[in-house]
Order: sequence, then structure tokens, then C-alpha cells
Amino acid sequence: MTKKIKNLNLNFGPQHPAAHGVLRLILELDGEVVEKADPHIGLLHRGTEKLIENKTYMQAVPYFDRLDYVAPMNQEHAFALAIEKILKIEVPIRAQLIRVMFCEIGRILSHILNVTTQALDVGALTPSLWGFEERETLMTFYERASGSRLHANYFRAGGVHQDLPAGLEDDIAKFCDSFPKIINDLENLLTDNRIFKQRNVDIGIVTKDDALDYSFSGVMIRGSGVPWDIRKSQPYDCYNQLEFKIPVGKNGDCYDRYLCRIEEMKESVFIIKQCLAKMEKGPVKSFDGKITPPSKKEIKQSMEALIHHFKLFTEGYRVPKDEIYTAVEAPKGEFGVYLISDGSSKPYKCKIRAPGFSHLQSMDYLIKGHMLADVPAVLGSLDIVFGEVDR
Amino acid sequence: MKTLINLEKKINSELTSKINTTSIKHNQIYIEIDKEDLIDVTLFIKTNKDMKFRQLIDITVVDYPEQLQRFKIVYLFLSHEFNQRMILSYFITENEVISSLTSIFPSANWMEREVFDMYGVNFKDHPDLRRILTDYGFEGHPLRKDFPLTGHTEVRYNEEQKKVIKEPVKLEQNYRNFDYESPWEGTKYIKEQTDENDKKN
Repeated sequence: MTKKIKNLNLNFGPQHPAAHGVLRLILELDGEVVEKADPHIGLLHRGTEKLIENKTYMQAVPYFDRLDYVAPMNQEHAFALAIEKILKIEVPIRAQLIRVMFCEIGRILSHILNVTTQALDVGALTPSLWGFEERETLMTFYERASGSRLHANYFRAGGVHQDLPAGLEDDIAKFCDSFPKIINDLENLLTDNRIFKQRNVDIGIVTKDDALDYSFSGVMIRGSGVPWDIRKSQPYDCYNQLEFKIPVGKNGDCYDRYLCRIEEMKESVFIIKQCLAKMEKGPVKSFDGKITPPSKKEIKQSMEALIHHFKLFTEGYRVPKDEIYTAVEAPKGEFGVYLISDGSSKPYKCKIRAPGFSHLQSMDYLIKGHMLADVPAVLGSLDIVFGEVDR
Repeated sequence: MKTLINLEKKINSELTSKINTTSIKHNQIYIEIDKEDLIDVTLFIKTNKDMKFRQLIDITVVDYPEQLQRFKIVYLFLSHEFNQRMILSYFITENEVISSLTSIFPSANWMEREVFDMYGVNFKDHPDLRRILTDYGFEGHPLRKDFPLTGHTEVRYNEEQKKVIKEPVKLEQNYRNFDYESPWEGTKYIKEQTDENDKKN
């Protein structure tokens, strides 16, 4: 008598702590080996692009916070840069430094979350407790600058919304001194940890060619040994005046990607320190009254400022007809905005290129032939946030 | 900038008949082609040793409902080697089927599924053309300009049927789209209303 053996279909998520959000992953298992993975996404789809088409440029900024909500300001940066390039406006140096500094804070925020939750997925609880304490400190910096911990709405075309409050620069400098020790502590827990290595080394290997073919970017492509970072290759704002190194992996496995993230955090601290050193008093937004709103004091005294204020917050500023793609190096990879303006005060089309979308797409290729227990490890090292994947 | 001009020259000389227009702005090269030449052009720019556009960054569509050739399909490419970006585009009419890039770039798979989902553009030879971002059983293509911002249906849990049901959208207040551009003559919708009233009288 022969017995028919059928592959097992397993539904991973959408409510699973290791799915890092609302991912429904349909796995086809042969014993414990994964034969096929079919991610179902879109459970967090909010139609961001459609909403942006119906809002003025200034009203569209908060939607960018809600994409990758782990590092909100990095997304705003891409949008602000796209508008600035079309309008050809200059950003004052202080505003550039503030933006770069907060982008690097965002990078640390995102990498702490990723590294510690990846450790959590493979069984280590302590790193997440230590890491989240630091994230809390960083989010208070966000709050002091912009008024909210997560959804900052801080970057504007032409600069930032307002200047930093007194004392914030000193506190960020203090953080830069204390944080490297925390990274060391995390590394002591994880880097040479036998269990962590057993779960991550040689898991989810991506070759150089495949990383290119699958449109990988950020740590996913650097982990495979491609030295590509938009901050270096196509520098935006004041990145070309700053010194920093690009850590590159060798084997392209989950462990190398973890190491890259750790090193990038150290580089980010270094960048923030340079920004603080370079920062001098000065304007934080462009002087063009047709684009940046006037100060309260000016409104009280000048009729023109009052008119500008009224027009900016009703109609918004108009952007001439153009088509542009602008990308920034977000913590997760290349985050891009493809913007088409038609001369009105609302974008005609705004396509958002999220790095996580292409990374998650390769799930089937990455996980084929691995064991079921490797699924959370690989998923963790992809660094997926559903706000940006589903948009 | 110099290299971009060289690239533009090279593309024009090697692919003469297949290129409609080229232009350079914002440090990127914009190329318009015909629908039929998509595969040839992408294969060429991917493999040519002076270009090496090895990465497909994104595929998207721009909807111009008033045009006969309604959709503009846009492909964004990146060459790591030469640090260049290319924006490739062509126009199609509403019901045209276009070729899929999945055989050249595996990453085109989900991008094309998204285009299909959001705009209803069909791809031939796509291995798995399903909806991707919208709900199971969703109808319509949300990013088309004629799709309303509020959508057509809303879902809620029905206590009697013990399941989630779909209903037509009911809003307490309609979506208000103010026209600020001509404040002195009165906004467009008020003008239309007064015109209508005048006609009735």
C-alpha cells in the first residue's frame, strides 16, 4: 500500500509578532523545508499616492512620515528635495545640517529597531530592552525639534519648519558621547554570541548579481559586497562636506547585514557630531516668501507677509510643470519620489519608491530550501516596515 | 553632465530608429520610445558595456484621461557602474497589452502587479498577474484619475450576518475640494451652482 504525501501549506501571519507588521506569508512546506513562499501584502494599504494627488505640496508632507514610521524624517527629505530641485531654491546651510543630522538620527532609530528585533526573533530578549531605551531618547529629540515623537512633519521645501530649541544641540552632543557604549554593549551580547551566529551566519545568502537583479538597495546590497550608497554616489544636501565610511559585507548573509547595520550606526554618530560642529546660527528656511511662510512677527507688521501667509495656507505654492525622480539613502535602502507637477499647487502624480517593496518581493528566492525557523531570521534581516511596503 | 551627454549621443546613434526623443534634465536622462521596442531597448541598456543599467528601480504609470493615448508607462533605471539614472517612457491607449520585463529583471514582477492593480494595465507573459495592494475581491483601479478619492465601497462588520460586509460609501459630509485660485470671482463650484440657478429661473 502506498501512502500519498502532500506538502503542507502554512499561513504565517497576518497577526504574528515575527512578521514585523501585517504580512501574510503563505508557505509551502515539505517537512520542515520551505518549498515556496508567497507574501500577500496590502493589508496596510492606505492609498497614500492618491491622497497626495489631492493635497497641496505642504499638506502632503505628513503622509511621508507614515510610510516608514520608524525613520519618518528620511522620507520627508526625499519629497522636500524633489520640490526644491524643480523650484530651484537654495537651502540655507544650517537647514541642511539640521536635516542631515535628523536623517542620521532616523537611521540610528531604524537600525536599533531592526537589530534588536532581529535578535528578538532568534531568541534574545535583552538587546531590545536596551535598544528601546535609546530610541526613546532619540524620539524626544524629534519631539523637541518638531513637536511630535514619530510623525514629525518637520522638513519643508526650502529648509525645515522651525529652528532647534535652545539646548537641544548640547543634548544631542551628549547622546553622541554616550551612545557608542550602548552599541558596544549590544555587540557584546550579539556579535560573538553562539546562538545568534548559528541562526544568522550563512542564512539568506544574496549574491552580487541577484542583489542587482532583485533591485536591492541599502544594507541589502552592501551586505552582498556592492559598495553603493546614494549619500556618497549622488550626494544631496551637505553630505559631500561630511566624512563618513560605507561599511560593506562579504558573504551577503543575515549576519553580514547585521554587522553592516551596527557599523552604520557608528558612522551615523560620527556624522551627527560633524553636523553639530559645523552648525552656526543662521536662517533655517529659504527666504523666498512665495514658498516659505513668514514669521508671526512679520505678519503683524507687513501687509505683504500677511498676503503670503494667507495664500500659502489656502492655495499653497505652485510648482511649475516638470518631471523628476529624486532618491535618498533611507535606512532601509533607496527611497525615491517620482514627482510630476503640472503648474498647480497639487502634485499631478507622486509615485513613492519604497525599498522594502523590492526586498520583500525576493522572499520566495531567499527562503527557498531553508528551514521554517529561518523564515523570521531572513524576514528580520530584510528590515521590512509595512507602512512603506503597502503605502 | 559630460558623461550624460555622451550617453545620450550613444543611445541615439546605436538605437536610432527605436528612440523617439531624448532629453537631459535634473542630471537624469529621459527617453521616449515606442511600445513595441521596450524589450529590445531594455536588453540593450542592460547589457551594453558602456551603460550597464543593471537595476530596475521602479515601474509606474501616469494617467492622462483626456488624451487618446491615456497611460504613460514609466520605467526608472539605475546604473551603479556609471552612476546614472534613466527614465524610459511610452504612451499606450486604455486597452493595450504591453510586454512584461520579468524575464529581464525579476524585480519587475511585483512592480507590474502593482501597475496592473492600480491602473488596470495588462501585461503579456507575466508569470503571476494578480492584484497586490488592494483587498481580496476589490473592484476598480484606484490610481486612475476617474476613480473617486473616497472609493466606491466601505466595509464594516455586520452583527447579524456575523461577517464583514461591503456597502456603498456613505459620507456625513462630502469631500470638499476648495478652489483657491480665483478668490475674487467666486470659486468654481459656487459659480456653477449660480449658473444653474440662473438657468432654472
